Amino acid sequence: MQDTLKIGDRLFKSRLLLGTGKYSNVDLMVRSIQASGSQLVTVALRRFNRERPEDDLYGPLSKLSGVTLMPNTSGARTAEEAFRAALLGRELTGSEFVKLEIHPNPHHLMPDPIETYEAAKMLVKENFFVLPYMPADPVLAKRLEDLGCAAVMPLGAAIGSGRGLQTRELVELIVRDSTIPVIVDAGLRSPSEAASALEMGCSAVLINSAVAAAEKPVEMAEAFALGVRAGRAAYLAGLMPSGCEAIASSPLTAFLTT
Amino acid sequence: MKLIINGESRQTAEATTVAALILQEGADPGRVAVLLNDRVVPAREREATTLREGDRVEMLTLAGGG
Repeated sequence: MQDTLKIGDRLFKSRLLLGTGKYSNVDLMVRSIQASGSQLVTVALRRFNRERPEDDLYGPLSKLSGVTLMPNTSGARTAEEAFRAALLGRELTGSEFVKLEIHPNPHHLMPDPIETYEAAKMLVKENFFVLPYMPADPVLAKRLEDLGCAAVMPLGAAIGSGRGLQTRELVELIVRDSTIPVIVDAGLRSPSEAASALEMGCSAVLINSAVAAAEKPVEMAEAFALGVRAGRAAYLAGLMPSGCEAIASSPLTAFLTT
Repeated sequence: MKLIINGESRQTAEATTVAALILQEGADPGRVAVLLNDRVVPAREREATTLREGDRVEMLTLAGGG
C-alpha cells in the first residue's frame, strides 16, 4: 500500500512542503520545487506593480505540474486581516488551502495564538483547508484540531533562524494526541533535522529558508526530499527501544581467553 | 475623481468599474485580486462594481513566500 499524506480532501505522495520566498531568482525557485518533489507549495501576496513584470510568479508556477498552491496570510496582524488575506489568496490561486500565519512582532515573528485561533474559526466556516502556523503548544494544537483545521504546523524555531527543532519535546506531545497531520514549520536548517521530525511521527515538514538560502538551493531541495523520505521510512519501520544500559549485539562467550 | 490605489492617490474618469480599473492599471485580470475599502471584490463582481470618489483600492498579486 502506498504511503500517502492526506490533508483536507487531498492525498500527497510528498511529505515535504516548500516555500517560494527568498530565492535569488524565479528560475532557481522553480528548479528547487521540482528537485524537492513537493506537491504543496506556499505563496504570499503583494501589491501589484506594473513597473516590475519580471516579478510575476504565475507564469513560472503554471509550468509546474502536480503542485497545489497554498497562499499564506503573511503580513496579517489580526484575525480580520488574515481572513481577508485568505480570501484574496483563494481569488488568486483557486486553492482551498491556506497557511494561516499571524505574527505581529517583526523581531521574533512568533505566531499570535489568540488571533490565529479566531481566524481559523472564520476560515473553517468558509470551507478552507486551514493549516495554522502556531507555537508548539499541545493545548492550542488540540483546540485548532477541534475547530476543524486540516493540519497543525508547530514551529521548530523562529522563522528563518535555522536553529533546528528546538521545540522537540512539545512537538512530540502534539504528535501523540493529534488525529490530524502535524507539520513542523519554520526553524529547520538541515535534512537531518527534517528526517528527525518525520522519525518522531510528524506527518511532514515545511521548508523555505533552508533551501532558498543554501549555497545550492536545487541540490539542497533534493537533499531535503531524501531526508524526509528517510525519516518517514524509519518511522514506519519502528525505531528500536532506547535505554541507558548496553545490550550486546555480539556473543560475549569468552573463547579467546584460556 | 480621486482614488487611492495601492496606497497612492490617483485621478481617474468618473464611473470607472473595478474591471476597467484593472485594465487601466495594466494588470492581467486573471492575475490580480482586489480589495475595495477592505472588502474583497470577487472576480464575478468586478464589472458591476463602480468606484466612488475617495475609494481605497488594493490590487494584489502572488509573491514568493514561505
